[in-house]
Amino acid sequence: MPVNIIVCVKQVPHPEHFSRITFDPARQAIRREGIPTVINPLDLNAVEEALRLRDRFTGKVTVISMGPPGARAVLEGALAMGADAAVLLSDKSFAGADSLATAYCLSCGIKKIPFDLVLCGKESIDSGTGQVAPQVAEFLGIPHATSVSEITVGGEDTLILKQVLERGYMKVRVRMPAVLAVTGEINQPRLPTIMTIMGAKEKPLEVWGASRIEADPDRLGLSGSPTQVTGMRQREIKRRREVLRGGPEEIAREAVERLQELLKA
Amino acid sequence: MNEVWIIAEQRAGRLMNVSLELLNKANELASALKVKSGVVLLGDGIRQMADELASYADRVYLVDSPELRFYQGLSYTDLVTGLIAEHEPDIVLTGSTPIGQDLAPRIAARLRTGLTAHCADLYIKYDGDKPLLAQVVPGWGGNMLLEITCPRKRPQMATVSPGMMPRCESREHKGEVISIQPEIASDARIETLEMFEESTPEKPLEDAEIVVAGGWGLASSGFSLVRELAEVLGGAVAGTRPAVDSGWLEKQKMVGQSGITIRPRLFISVGASGAPQFTIGFTGAKVVMAIDQNRNAPIFETADIGLVGDAGKIVPCLITALKNSTLCR
Repeated sequence: MPVNIIVCVKQVPHPEHFSRITFDPARQAIRREGIPTVINPLDLNAVEEALRLRDRFTGKVTVISMGPPGARAVLEGALAMGADAAVLLSDKSFAGADSLATAYCLSCGIKKIPFDLVLCGKESIDSGTGQVAPQVAEFLGIPHATSVSEITVGGEDTLILKQVLERGYMKVRVRMPAVLAVTGEINQPRLPTIMTIMGAKEKPLEVWGASRIEADPDRLGLSGSPTQVTGMRQREIKRRREVLRGGPEEIAREAVERLQELLKA
Repeated sequence: MNEVWIIAEQRAGRLMNVSLELLNKANELASALKVKSGVVLLGDGIRQMADELASYADRVYLVDSPELRFYQGLSYTDLVTGLIAEHEPDIVLTGSTPIGQDLAPRIAARLRTGLTAHCADLYIKYDGDKPLLAQVVPGWGGNMLLEITCPRKRPQMATVSPGMMPRCESREHKGEVISIQPEIASDARIETLEMFEESTPEKPLEDAEIVVAGGWGLASSGFSLVRELAEVLGGAVAGTRPAVDSGWLEKQKMVGQSGITIRPRLFISVGASGAPQFTIGFTGAKVVMAIDQNRNAPIFETADIGLVGDAGKIVPCLITALKNSTLCR
């Protein structure tokens, strides 16, 4: 039983450089010049899980991303891990999309590729909404499950999932086609080797625009996004910031005195 | 203007704290808008819970059915979107819990409306004379706050992290329970078979008055320092992502963006540098104290009291000083 899998991936700013992202209040814009980008960490788990399922059942793994032309880099990374083909959804009209418009765009691209399963990372590390996977599923008219930490096969076209809860989990049975968003616990993503990186250069990577995916222009990008960013500010932290210096005994005693005062207030 | 709703969450007949946190905010928004607050409650054998919730809200929309014993994604989506289509609330709030995050995006997509995630604050702002829900969300690891609105589509939907907002305490409402008995078509495409929850004798971290959290800076002096300090204070133990990744404590005790949000009376950070992904988890604490080796660490900007130095030396002195103080029980 071949299983064709599509994996949604996202290019994000490198998390170690988040503190360098600042806000320019005069221009009402984000300053992120020179900040390196990477594939969203949890998307690596989604790619890895897709490769493992393909290696067990045969089939094809296609990675898809919506982003600017530079987002090719994350697709090339996924091809180097072992994915078979890549599609970059890139068009000026996709820019400024919120999660709903992003999910719509991805769902239009996905409809152009035969698939049994769509895998996503549980959430992106930059915006972290975790909304795109369920919304892609809704637009495809198929079931979804989020926070998936284990996928096992339960029959012909059926999978048994472990979905993580706060202090436990749910056991869920899902019939394919479906969209699953995976957690970091599901696997340990493989690293590309020189050989697989070289091999990836031969694999197809196509760029599709709005007309190729037959998307409704009113549902794309900024104009297709019901939410709007109306303001932005650096997070202010209102704390006393009293820093005590000195010998450990001295500052410990001082700290306890201050604590008693502050907690009483 | 129409109602302000929350989607309540219960597990095996136990109401989740986040529902009362959401309800507190919903009542505040409803009173600002001079409209009613409403609760959507789905489950099996939960009539009593609905009656209880009615003392905190104007209306409780109850769907009580054996079919809803476990969370069923597609049935829940159908039921809640059906209720929204019928009653047209202006605002719908959900917890950023694993189930809330599974359900809310699907509902928003079906209604083709906006949804924001992990809101740190919600308030009403006016665009001319049109009231809009301003939704403040953390971006880029919590370093930035974005204000987001949904000007045209309704309802305006948002999820809020558990622990981010104070709970509803006043039980002054005499709400009505509206019991709905729709046809529930089970969907064979996806089915929750079982739900397992650990029943820990421990009090959940969210309820602790005092929390001591350790970070990567304890690699050499040892995480046991955190446990000792917590014990002296009768507090709970928590940690940063690196501490959890190092296997020093369970994932459920991770504080921050990808962990839990808490608002204890006292939060003590030991050996954590203060990445925004971590510090966003305790912005609601009454008093924050931090101990770290590096005097330039950002953790000191998020603390009321900072102690610069080796945690291995400072913590034992703190324990001694605490034992001679009124803070120790």
